[in-house]
Parts: sequence; C-alpha cells; structure tokens
Amino acid sequence: MTALIFLIPIALVLGIAGLAAFIWTVKSGQYDDLDGAAERILLDDDDSENNGAKD
Amino acid sequence: MTTISVAEIDGCPSGLEPPSSASSPDPSPFVKYQDDGAAQLELAVFGAKCAGCISKIEGGLNAIQGVKSSRLNLTTGKLVVTWQGGAISPKRITDTIASLGYRSKAFDPEAQSADKDEEGRFLLRCMAVAGFATANIMLLSIAVWAGHEGEMGPATRSMMHWVSAIIALPAAAFAGRPFFRSAYSALKVGRANMDVPISLAVILALSLSVYEALNHGRDAYFDAAVMLLFFLLIGRWLDHRLRARAHAAAQSLLNLQSTTANRLNDDGVVESVSARAISPGERIILWPGDRAPVNATIDAGASSVDISLVTGESEPVRLSGGDKIFAGVLNLSDKLTATATATVNDSLVAELARLIEAGEQGRSKYTRLADRAAALYVPLVHSLALATLLGWLFIGDANLRVAVMNAVAVLIITCPCALGLAAPAVQIVATGKLFKAGVLVKSGDALERLAEVDEFVFDKTGTLTHGRLTLSNARKITPETLRYAAMLARTSRHPLARAVVDAVGPGGAAATSLEFAGLGIEGEINGLRARFGRADWVGAEATIDDGVSDAWFRLGDDAPVRFTFEDRIRDDAAETIATLKAHGVGAAMLSGDREGPARRVAKLAGLGNWRAEMSPAEKIRELDKKAADGARVAMVGDGLNDAPALAAAHASLSPGSAADASQAAADFVYQGDGLGAVSIIYDVAKQSRRRVIQNFGFAALYNMCAIPLAVFGFVTPLIAALAMSGSSIIVTLNALRMQIGETQS
Repeated sequence: MTALIFLIPIALVLGIAGLAAFIWTVKSGQYDDLDGAAERILLDDDDSENNGAKD
Repeated sequence: MTTISVAEIDGCPSGLEPPSSASSPDPSPFVKYQDDGAAQLELAVFGAKCAGCISKIEGGLNAIQGVKSSRLNLTTGKLVVTWQGGAISPKRITDTIASLGYRSKAFDPEAQSADKDEEGRFLLRCMAVAGFATANIMLLSIAVWAGHEGEMGPATRSMMHWVSAIIALPAAAFAGRPFFRSAYSALKVGRANMDVPISLAVILALSLSVYEALNHGRDAYFDAAVMLLFFLLIGRWLDHRLRARAHAAAQSLLNLQSTTANRLNDDGVVESVSARAISPGERIILWPGDRAPVNATIDAGASSVDISLVTGESEPVRLSGGDKIFAGVLNLSDKLTATATATVNDSLVAELARLIEAGEQGRSKYTRLADRAAALYVPLVHSLALATLLGWLFIGDANLRVAVMNAVAVLIITCPCALGLAAPAVQIVATGKLFKAGVLVKSGDALERLAEVDEFVFDKTGTLTHGRLTLSNARKITPETLRYAAMLARTSRHPLARAVVDAVGPGGAAATSLEFAGLGIEGEINGLRARFGRADWVGAEATIDDGVSDAWFRLGDDAPVRFTFEDRIRDDAAETIATLKAHGVGAAMLSGDREGPARRVAKLAGLGNWRAEMSPAEKIRELDKKAADGARVAMVGDGLNDAPALAAAHASLSPGSAADASQAAADFVYQGDGLGAVSIIYDVAKQSRRRVIQNFGFAALYNMCAIPLAVFGFVTPLIAALAMSGSSIIVTLNALRMQIGETQS
C-alpha cells in the first residue's frame, strides 16, 4: 500500500496537467469557431506569404 | 428580393458568379478606430459555408495593400478586418467581398452587445474541472468499493476518502457555481427551480461525506457529487451552445438594420452616414438599387420603386416629386432626391420592429418542456427526501446519521441528471440535422414550439410564389422578338425587364438605351428605335384589361407585341401543403396582395382558407383571433409586412430570400428555392418532441426503480454512481438514435 503514497500524487499531477492544458485552450479561444476549425484544416496556408505572417 | 436571394447562393463553394446587385453600401460609419491608428470593421458575411469560402474571403482581403489581417468566424459568420487607418477606403472591403460573390453588412458597434462568449467559456471551464475531479475520484472510489470485501483496511479507506475530499471540495466549489448562483437567485425571489435540488444534493452529499470521512465511515459520496455536476454541466453547455448559435444568427440579422444613408449636405456634398444620423428635414439621395433608410418625401426625380417588401404587392410602382416613400422600399430605375420626414426610430421599419418586439415578448413567456417537467419534479423530490428522513427517524427508529444518509441518497439518486440532458441532447442533434439541410434554427425553444402548432399560415408573395415576376407567354412570341426585347431589357433593373432576361438567357445588350421612369426603356437596335414598356407609351392601341401584368415591345414600325408576366407558384407548394394536411395540421394564406392574384395562388396551392389585401396589423389581428380560438399558429412569410406576424406567431419560418427583418423575426430560416423545407422542419420538430418525451419517460422509469431503493436505504455510493451514469448514457444514446435512424432510411 505504500506505493499509493507516490502513485496517487502522480495520477493527480497528470490529471491537473491535462486540466490546465484544456483550460488554456478554452482561454485562447479555440472553441469559439468550431465549424471554422474543422474547415480550416483543408486550407493550404503556404500559398500566400501573407497568411503565414499574420496567423 | 431577387437580388438578395441570388447573392446569397452564388458565393459558396465555387461561387464564381458575381452577385446580381453590384451595390454594396458604404460601411464607413461603422469603422472603429483604435488608439494606434488601426481601423477595424466587423462585417456579417452571408453565404460562407466552407473552407473555400474562408480562403476566398480572407485571401482576397489580405491581398489588398494595407490590410493587416482578416479573420472569418465560420460559426457566427462574422468577419473582422483590420487595416492601417486611412490606407484604404472601407468601401473597398465590402466591394471586394461583393465581387467574390458574398453579401456582407457592417455590424453597428454601438448596437452590439459584448459578443465574446464569456458564458460559454465559463461553462466549459466548469465542465473541465468537474470532469477532471470525476475521473480522479472515480479511480479512488473503485479501489474503495473493490476493497469492501476486506482487502482494504479502514485506515487506507479513510486516506482514500480524504484524498477524494481534497479533490472534490474545491472542484465542486468551482464547478458548482452555475447551479449555486441560479439556485440562490431563484430562492431570493421565493421560487424554486431545477437548480435548487441540484445544489442541495451536491452540498448535502459533500457535507455528509466529509462527516463520514471524519468518523472513518464506510460510505462517502464524493464521486457522486462531482459526477452529478459533470453530467449536468455537459447538458448545460450543450444547451448554451445551441442558444449561442441561435443568438449569433439572430444578431447578425438584427444588425442588418444598421443601414447607411447618402446624405446631401447643404454645400452639395454627398456623405455616407449611418441611417440613425438622419434627422427629419435633411436631404437624402437614393441611387438605383438603394433601399430608403427612413420615411421621406420625394423632392426631385421620378423612378420605379419596388414596395413588395413593405406591402407584399408584387408589381413596382412609379413615384415622383411630392410622393411619400416608406423606409425599406427599393429604388429601381433612377436617382431620387428626397427629404427625410422621420428619423429611423419613427420610420416604418422601426414601427415594424416595435411590433416584432411586442410579439417576441409574448413568446418569451413560453415555458420549455424541461422547465415544465422541473416544476412538477422539484416539490415531489423534496417532499420525498423529507418523508424519508422523518420515516427513518420515527417509523424506522434509526439514528439521525442513518436517516440523514438515506434522505441524501434520495436527493442524489433523484437528481435530474437525465432530465438535464434529455432535452438539450435531442435538440443539438435535431438542429445539426436541420443545419445540414440548409435550415438555420434561430431560437432555442423553436423546435418545441413548432411541434405544438395546429395550423400553418402562409404569406403569398415570395413564400408560396417565387416572389418575382416571370414571363408567362414566351411561347407565343417569336424568338427574334424575344431576342431583341432581351437586348433592351438587359440595360434595366426593372423586375419586368429582368423577367424577360431570365426567360431568354445570356446575350448582348442594346448599344444605347434610356430608361423613362414609369414608362419603359427606349433604345436603338439595328438602327431602329425600340421601345419596351407601357402600352400607350409604346403605341399599342388595344389595351387589354385582364388584370395581368404586362409590357409591350415595339421595334421600329412593327406591330407592338404583348409580354405578359406572372408571379409563378413554387413547384412543390401544393405538395407541401398536402403533406402538412396529411399530418393533421391546417393551412391558410394571408396575403397583402390584391384579391385576383391571391385567389389564383390559393387555388393552385390547394388552400381553401385564404384572405387578401391584409395590412401587417390585420395579419397580427387575424393571428390573435386564431390564438384566441385556442389554435397555435405557425407563420411562414418573407416580406417586411410579414415580420410582425412572424414574431407574434407561436412559431415562424421564413425563406433565405426574405427581407432581413423577417429573417430576424423568424425562428427558422430555410434556404433553397422550394417550400419543401417547411414540411421537413415540421417533421424534425415532431420527431424531436417525441424523442424528448421518450427521454423524460426513461428518466421517470429510472427514478421509479431507483427511488424505492434509496428510500429504504439500499443505495450505496456504487449503486448511485451506476444508476446516474447509466441513465445519462441511455438518454444521450436515445437522442443520437435520431441521427442514425435518418441515415438508414
């Protein structure tokens, strides 16, 4: 049972890391345009030098 | 009307056709200037649906020298463009979008509320925290449950409980806020909503568990409390997303009323200003293709004016000096100078907007199915929990700890998890299905309301019919005459001329032409004078008066030829109405047009119940009368004159070609040239209502099984967790079944 002493904290730290990552994605507005995100993956952004500089 | 509908379809995905209306209003009044000199413009873009649209629009704008960035949000249709102030004229941006084949309109920054979806982000964060806590506590709980057989000592179990508590207490305090707040504000005004039992169950379950942990007890409900929050937050977020999408659609349409006007200043300079800046007595200029921003009186000029959006009358009228024009009418042929007689707020459009608002207020009183269920549910659950507590104390002779434990178990097990998911899950699936079919759902409870209607009321012009005149006697005219007439007609934007062009197809235009407002077009073809217009102007002697819209064409000294026009009924109108009638709902027609055309359309559509020459207020009165008789009416209409009726009806639909105000007032906006969408929407609404009720049935069934267990003290944390997740999953799967069922059939 002594293994629990470090296993539980490890599990929690991993969980918190995932949670923090998720909250960051929410904060940076990645869920504001779900339809657009799905479509944007189809765009070639290397065909115009403008796009790369701005996004 | 034609111009709008064509512009709406031709953008996506190949959308290489230029929009038929080249005029895009100057958005300058709506540009926001930032401190660093950058200018920003927010536009609602209509018709963008795919990746091709994003790259076309953003690429096209980025290619303009001086544009810093442009970003299109595909979900809300909002485009934000920033550029170095003064580098380009704002008009260039809207012109570029128009040339790409999309319609755009500036958002009025003043009229706009905070648009960042703060509420949505808040719910997402809460959901994430609850999800994290649920997963981690469940890891510990499963170990505890598995250890009940004796492998886990009481000390280890207590440690597990304490670790659970450390996760659960802050998580619940964070993620429970949406429920605690709402429950608190409801209690403050002496009412109870669904969030009251939820908050109570969570708080009681946590306190009891802490007490158990302190006393090294066997059962703790930390997992149940946070899982409850997690499932409910999923439902809450789905529901919010649905509303946010509906709200965004509604807002971009409402913002369309942020029109611009061309003001003629005293020094003779024409300035583009926001329509709200026009005060009575100021002079405005209306170019062909402009809509009147305010009520006005014409000073100079004479022109054909399309008043169909205001009255529903399909034929343009000729207006000249001294005539009054209402806000919303479309100038067709010539430049007009007019003096404003009212501000935007006092103009006809605003009057209609007030009627719309009044209608919407009535509608906001609608109680949703889930809320009605909650109103029954809440008192029942609370009395049941109380009865359990008292029963165990006095009849069962148990000690306080056991009695409280069982009462809390009742609260947890009856917590409306499935109830909270039952309706939103179904509605998300239904809305997604409709979205794929080209239908925009603009209000969260629209589907529920539509499923309840027992009569459909249709407008005529633009709804049952195409809303534009088409040439009806093309077969009786020689091809050569048609070709010549079309050459002349291509030089005009008058609806009759356009109808001729539509019938003939592409070709050359007359070299020289002149349009005489209210009379017709004159031009030169093969060196001969050609005229297309009114009978007496062209020189036709026998004027046939059969109530049919007509125009005459004459080339040189040839005999004049009569062209007749009609507003054709949509191909699937009769079929759609028959389908609706087969479903057991009534159908009627209310038209603002004259009796003759109304009678003809009603007959073709198979409608026995119809009325003509109705003003917007009369339409509302008619709907009110039907409502007073106990009928729930769905209104289908497209004109500006229908907008108040659309808002007042129990549910409303409007085609994508409709006036902006009507689209804003309607619950559903459907694209496409047919009326078939109406029966599809009705079908989906009925289906989703059935599914929601089924889901409530499942939730009730689950409660009937679980409540006796809880009341008599057989519920352990394991059973609570199983029952809760089980019922939520069943309800969600049942909602998804709707989509699967559709793909199979």
